[in-house]
Amino acid sequence: MKLAELKGWELRELIKKGETGCKEAVASFLDEIKKKNKSLNSFLTLTEESALKSAEIVDKKVSQKQKLGALAGIPIAVKDNICLRGVKTTCGSHILDNFVPPYNATVVEKLKKEDAIIIGKTNLDEFAMGSSTENSYFGPSKNPHDLKKVPGGSSGGSAVAVASGLATMALGSDTGGSIRQPAALCGVVGLKPTYGTVSRYGLVAFASSLDQIGPLTKDVKDSALLFGVISGHDPNDSTSLKISSKDYLKTLDSYKTKFKVAVPKEAFGAGNEKDVEEAVKKAIKLMEKLNWSVSEVSLPYMEYAIATYYIIATAEASSNLARYDGVKYGYRSKDSSQLLELYQNTRGEGFGNEVKRRIMLGTYVLSAGYYEAYYGKGQKVRTFIKQDFDNVFKDFDIVIMPTSPTVAFGLGEKIEDPLTMYLSDIFTVSANLAGIPAISIPCGKSKAGLPIGLQILAKPLAEETIFKAAYMLEQNLKT
Amino acid sequence: MKYESIIGLEVHAQLLTDSKIFCGCSVSYGADPNSQTCPVCLGLPGVLPVLNKKAVEYAVKMVLAVGGTVAPHSIFARKNYFYPDLPKGYQISQYDQPLSTGGSVEIEIPESKAKKKIHLTRIHLEEDAGKSLHSEDNSYTNTSSNVKQKGETLVDMNRCGVPLIEIVTQPDMRSPKEATLFLNKLKQILEYLEICSGNMEEGSLRCDANVSVRPIAQTKLGTKTEVKNMNSFKAVEKALNFEMERQIGIIESGGRIIQETLLWDAEKELIAPMRSKEESHDYRYFPEPDLVVLKFHPQTISGIGGIRSEEKFGTPTITIVEKIKQSLPELPEARKTRFIKQYQIPEYDAELLTTEKKLADYYEECVKNYPNSKAVSNWVMGEVLRELKERKISVSEFKVPPKELASLLKQVDSGTLSGKMAKDVFVEMAETGLSSEKIIQEKGLVQVTDTKEIESVIESVLRENPGEVEKYRSGKERVFGFFVGEVMKKTKGKANPSVVNQILKEKLSS
Ligand SMILES: [Zn+2]
Repeated sequence: MKLAELKGWELRELIKKGETGCKEAVASFLDEIKKKNKSLNSFLTLTEESALKSAEIVDKKVSQKQKLGALAGIPIAVKDNICLRGVKTTCGSHILDNFVPPYNATVVEKLKKEDAIIIGKTNLDEFAMGSSTENSYFGPSKNPHDLKKVPGGSSGGSAVAVASGLATMALGSDTGGSIRQPAALCGVVGLKPTYGTVSRYGLVAFASSLDQIGPLTKDVKDSALLFGVISGHDPNDSTSLKISSKDYLKTLDSYKTKFKVAVPKEAFGAGNEKDVEEAVKKAIKLMEKLNWSVSEVSLPYMEYAIATYYIIATAEASSNLARYDGVKYGYRSKDSSQLLELYQNTRGEGFGNEVKRRIMLGTYVLSAGYYEAYYGKGQKVRTFIKQDFDNVFKDFDIVIMPTSPTVAFGLGEKIEDPLTMYLSDIFTVSANLAGIPAISIPCGKSKAGLPIGLQILAKPLAEETIFKAAYMLEQNLKT
Repeated sequence: MKYESIIGLEVHAQLLTDSKIFCGCSVSYGADPNSQTCPVCLGLPGVLPVLNKKAVEYAVKMVLAVGGTVAPHSIFARKNYFYPDLPKGYQISQYDQPLSTGGSVEIEIPESKAKKKIHLTRIHLEEDAGKSLHSEDNSYTNTSSNVKQKGETLVDMNRCGVPLIEIVTQPDMRSPKEATLFLNKLKQILEYLEICSGNMEEGSLRCDANVSVRPIAQTKLGTKTEVKNMNSFKAVEKALNFEMERQIGIIESGGRIIQETLLWDAEKELIAPMRSKEESHDYRYFPEPDLVVLKFHPQTISGIGGIRSEEKFGTPTITIVEKIKQSLPELPEARKTRFIKQYQIPEYDAELLTTEKKLADYYEECVKNYPNSKAVSNWVMGEVLRELKERKISVSEFKVPPKELASLLKQVDSGTLSGKMAKDVFVEMAETGLSSEKIIQEKGLVQVTDTKEIESVIESVLRENPGEVEKYRSGKERVFGFFVGEVMKKTKGKANPSVVNQILKEKLSS
């Protein structure tokens, strides 16, 4: 039995029973990271010292037979756009490469409360803007299934860490697919929760009305376990919903249910790789075999989702990223004698091309004279997209789609062609625009051996439905 | 040709909450630079705003006090621009869906006594920005021990996130005088509500103006300019007068007014245009995605969080607008009317006594202990205001409590003190804060009313001045004053003047 292959819930049991020491386990993970990170570039920062210290505390609790937290002893990697007090939080950007937050994100507090072991901060596309992790100032992460392929993004570092056994679980953030798409490309489970269920306090904002933190894990049970810990109302986040956290792991005890499945016709056909489409269709066959009722539906506004997403997300980003001006923290360009020059040089040198592209796009769509035509219209279409889903969820429990139209693509293959890159998110952005939960689970591999993801979406706050359906599929796809 | 000016004002008032609008930091004035800050008001990456419910309550009080309508739904918006004292790169404000619309404030034109309503367009909530301290400023060189170089600019973020309401009027004012009357009235209401200190010099009340002029009887509006940086009530009137004259001058010489933003320079007493680069902003307003809609339901308000400090995390639901309305204090106009009726004092007195809530409170407290309301009014308008002015202090800093003033006045009535002596004692009280009894005792200031004693003094004065007595008796009654003066000299002013008068007359005519 290799520790690196264990699920979180398995590892916790082992530690609880004393079959492995927590410190010993954490040390072995850290060793693995040191060996493999050079080629994978999954971690940007290791929190070795504090991880070992936390592990000692868990060991002490075990020996004294104290109550253990829900994540006791589980090594967790945290995407480097989530603030961890006293530890560099770079967002994969030159402009924040020396920024050390003086506070913890709410999710970090929650992990610590449940005895989780935070082992490091993971790589990402700069400010979570991208679908391949190639936009990181610190270089791309590599897909452990093929080092010449991208791991997806923007939570690529987190997906790689889990897929390669460098961390048992990881936190990512998902603004338009940034958890689900890398999960699909790396063959792990990634959940984008309902907007407002997980506090955004301490998540460095990309697009505030779309961002949501969520788990990347090896299986559905771990996803439910981690989501149960990080969800719940936070008075520090005004958009946080007034819900209490719940033991989702327990709800999986009674997972055998029959689901009404909607398959949107817009998600199939041209644009999808053949292997992807076949794998998803096979999964649909399996659902029928499980006696779930499967019907084709239409989501007519889905074709506008990418355009709408890139208007709203960039508009919010252009404002959210205004604070990086070289005045208070982060990178400051030297030798600027005038204020305007300071701004221009700092931001010109500090941001990468994709971030600049999106800031310019967002500035444009909010400009006087263009606001109504772009941002105003974008908001309207967003409500239509939400209505599309509302209508479907009147009659169905879940919607099934591919997570990504392609499997992992080659490093450098799309980086010069932003529009093609943006289409990687064609099936994922809708859930962010509608605020609904969606999960990506592995559903087979391509002929080249690259993982394929299946996406399950449900109505707001129906994470339980998602976990049950995903768990059942996970059980049956294995065999 | 005669001209009139068309003036509309935008007034920013800092709300007297304990903490900032979106975080738990203190808002007190004059603290060390950047000592009242936290990750939220510093705009660190990843932080989020949580709306302070007290700020909402205060703003609603103002809306109700001026008869405005609280919008059932209002939203916050981001106003985007770059400046070092704006840490997030945007200000959280309200834009197309403000907290309230409508309402008005009534002013009285002094010459005609005519009442005039100044209508309000809206009142909205927003956060203040920080302060940039340039090395030329005095405020800069006074601050802390930071190394300073010429031309360097430091930023103080203490003011970032201080809650403000912006009050926007319609262009209803027709002269700079009307604008200052309005501003005074507004300050008075804010003070009565105890939601703003109204101190223009400290910047807790700030005012920008839109000004245009036109010949009287012309209906078409002229081109307007925006005047900023008026940091006192005096500056407002001076700057607006200056701008009015400037515009008239241009029109009379055949020129054209350019729509622009101008800054008042209080030292040079002139107006200069803002550099065009500074004003060519496209603020790119859009709804603030980190806050939810502020909704006033019949029973609750939603969209408000607790305050970011442990003990203040409260329920997110608070009282209804109606409940806030019931909590409003008596406003200046109502109080003035009541004073006239209840205390039977002239309108002039009532107006003056109610200018400031604290002064009106002082008056009422005094009358409670000494019911001669007109005598109290005279004292408060005369002696009290004079002392305040001389000492440059506010009523709340005044060392003579209303009860002490009442007891002083009682002693005049009982004849223990003369009016003149009372005034001297009062000055002493204002200086030392001691009670009147204590001062009277220490200085031996008890009025002599004993007729025997006064009689013997008068007899000696008459004895010593036979020539003057002769003059009086031969009809030169003016010398009467001489005798009074001599008696007062001998008694060190303690003799009761009416007793002196009476006995003197008797002795001289006998
Ligand atoms: Zn603060």
